[in-house]
Amino acid sequence: MPAEMNFMIGGEAGQGVQSIGFLLSKAFARGGHHIFADQDYESRIRGGHSFFRVRVKDKPVYAIVEPVDMLLALNKETIDLHLKELTPKGIIIYDGEKIKLPNSDSKLFSVPLEKLVEEAGGKIMSNTVALGAALGLIKYDFELLAKLLREHFGRKGDIAEANVKAAKAGFDYAGKEFTGDFPHHLSPIGDGKRLLLNGTDAVSLGALAAGCKFVSAYPMTPTTPIMEYIASKSKDFNVVVVHAEDEIAAMNMAVGAGYVGVRAMTATSGSGFCLMVEGLGLAGITETPIVVVEGQRPGPAVGLPTRTEQGDLEFILYAHHGEFPRSVLTPATIEDCFWQTAKAFNLAEKYQTPAIVIIDHHLATAYNTVEIPDISKITIERGEIFTDAMGDPAQYKRHKVTASGVSPRALPGLGKALVVTDCDEHSEAGHLTESAEDRTQQVSKRLRKMDGLRNEIAPPRRYGPETAETTLIGWGSTYGALSETVDILRQDKVDINLLHFNEIWPFPADAAMAALSASKKVYDVESNATAQLAHILRAETGKKVDGKILRFDGRPITPAFIIEQMRKEGYL
Amino acid sequence: MVTIADYAGLRPAWCPGCGDFGILTAMKRALVELGLEPHQVLLVSGIGQAGKLPHYLRGNIFNSLHGRPVPPAVAAKIANPELTVIAISGDGDAYGEDGNHFLHSVRRNHQITYLVHDNQVYGLTKGQTSPTSDPGFVTRTTPQGAPLPINPIALAIAADVSFAARAFAGDIEHLTQMLKLGIKHRGFALIDILQPCPSFNFKNTYAWYRERVYKLGDDYDPTNKIAAFQKAQEWDDKIPIGVLYRKERPTFEDQLPALKAGPLVKQKLDPRPVESILSEFM
Repeated sequence: MPAEMNFMIGGEAGQGVQSIGFLLSKAFARGGHHIFADQDYESRIRGGHSFFRVRVKDKPVYAIVEPVDMLLALNKETIDLHLKELTPKGIIIYDGEKIKLPNSDSKLFSVPLEKLVEEAGGKIMSNTVALGAALGLIKYDFELLAKLLREHFGRKGDIAEANVKAAKAGFDYAGKEFTGDFPHHLSPIGDGKRLLLNGTDAVSLGALAAGCKFVSAYPMTPTTPIMEYIASKSKDFNVVVVHAEDEIAAMNMAVGAGYVGVRAMTATSGSGFCLMVEGLGLAGITETPIVVVEGQRPGPAVGLPTRTEQGDLEFILYAHHGEFPRSVLTPATIEDCFWQTAKAFNLAEKYQTPAIVIIDHHLATAYNTVEIPDISKITIERGEIFTDAMGDPAQYKRHKVTASGVSPRALPGLGKALVVTDCDEHSEAGHLTESAEDRTQQVSKRLRKMDGLRNEIAPPRRYGPETAETTLIGWGSTYGALSETVDILRQDKVDINLLHFNEIWPFPADAAMAALSASKKVYDVESNATAQLAHILRAETGKKVDGKILRFDGRPITPAFIIEQMRKEGYL
Repeated sequence: MVTIADYAGLRPAWCPGCGDFGILTAMKRALVELGLEPHQVLLVSGIGQAGKLPHYLRGNIFNSLHGRPVPPAVAAKIANPELTVIAISGDGDAYGEDGNHFLHSVRRNHQITYLVHDNQVYGLTKGQTSPTSDPGFVTRTTPQGAPLPINPIALAIAADVSFAARAFAGDIEHLTQMLKLGIKHRGFALIDILQPCPSFNFKNTYAWYRERVYKLGDDYDPTNKIAAFQKAQEWDDKIPIGVLYRKERPTFEDQLPALKAGPLVKQKLDPRPVESILSEFM
């Protein structure tokens, strides 16, 4: 039995590419396999070309690869575009009665999708038949799929049964009619007790676990599902989601809620974050805890709205005029999205300043099997909170100068202490001031919080041996592709490892230098055009990388891309 | 018992004769007469001379960005509905930079009071045209004269505001009444306050307003939208003050299921309930 198989479902928007891709992923996840799946789609609701790739493996998997073992083509364009990605023994499932092809090819397996749908009762989509046929061809457990379809379409009983019937027709057709040679047969391998999450699911769950009570946001790809999911839990978790009039309002609302003392968050993309930058500084000077999730997509401006990039790192590190502290987390995996979103709420409240979680379109929309998180490992650290019992409330000063830079935070209305703050520079008492002394004290006090934050940031994650001749560096969503690159190259006897930054600000400079000290060559790999991590590394440590591998075409970075570029540049 | 002295804040840095002094006096009176203590009140302001008002009072104070007093104010109210939340703004702040937030907060009907110190000119930046400057008002940024102004009351009525009143900083007693009605009102309450600026607006002076303002009488029905809209058009010769429009409708907060369990800020944070929803992803 092969250890791995790669599926691709292709068609136009509206043909259900996403839904069968998701169901296929779930069927394998429930069968105990590990899944990594990603989506490629255009900014349109109907038409165009989109595809969904599902990588199925018997071991944990964190990246997508290009070769396709089975292509489910819902239209002809899918065959034209992706035939070249098919492996030598790969197969294409398509509807030969609808899609007329000039040549017959042993790679092509026609399943009369539309005809079988009509026989199953019509009014459903032929993609369900294709899904059944795919699983029939590899001789998977049909009952697992049937249960899944009943759950998926559960609210519409008749439709659920019609879908099961259609899927069975496809499944049986493939089992009976396929006479070619397809080497892949998959069977369930375990009890499937894992979660199948995409990045926005993981962020949402992390926020709920951390006790987020207020989300203000404006819909924008790729983070819209965060506000939608949390809104669906409003009643059960006593959390309010406000669909704001724009991102400016969304950010300023989150700041208002944070000031009053609830855990507050906003989520957006890079161009939405542009509008939020004014309010980010408001949180900085008023020392208000807020969590911001920024889902990068290729810019500037609207750029490629449904594609991926890591182009916003330096923008986020320095966003807003003036100087104030912030922490920035850059989840490497979908599992990281969960833990780091929860961590961001602690950092925001302990240091009373914005905590930003950077994801990107790839991580937001890709699905990955994740071990069930141990929720007891989540701690709620609210930082120093002033109550009337702790001193004379009449003497309370919101921005009291302290050694750590953190002033105990009173919550307005919960005691007699008056909580006074200002977006102007202010005195310790929070009133606007023009005093040179106050200004110097307050700026210094705020920036001292960086010292505490520096101790909270995890060192970069190493993958592979502790030292190696060549080290790849990266941050955020590229971890899966980079770690797999290390595996592939080590098998080829290359002495290589990976240093990956999933918590990036304050920059863990000492840990980075220590980890890179033995490396003869350091290559930076990023999904952007200007090598922003390499720039930060040099600014923070003086270390100059020996080469850069950059991808900025809007597509996710893959092991094959990295290795090909390394060869081309003479790094291997 | 709360007294006027409890609301004595910092010494104002406004120009002598500024209409803001009248508003400050009326605010203190209204808060005391409503029996509110400073710690029960949240004053959220923007930038401009009006934005400084909270510092000259006492209370919880969030002095926010220019044009952004409303978003933090509405969020604060959602986070802790037990707070009395008053947003304070000027005509440039409220009707210029805050325009979108103003319209949508009116539409959603958050339970806050919105005071707009409307002096028809930019004071803090020294005398430029504001969104409510009278047509033809000549300033350094509009040497050709100001274009047509926004009519804040008519705009709010068009968006079905829950409460819209106009008051005059030169009539402290009436202004105090309007503030009390606005603060007690359930829903978004706009109070547009005619406020003479002795430094930069030499047209709309105390005398100019005094000649024109008149109080709406008992015969005026503020629940009639069409009549209110018509009344809101009066300006050049006669300017009505009082409650121009009132509409009882559910507030945004009334419709939030999450608030049924009490203020969000008082809820315990517990990660464990997330365990119960993980099965959705299996």
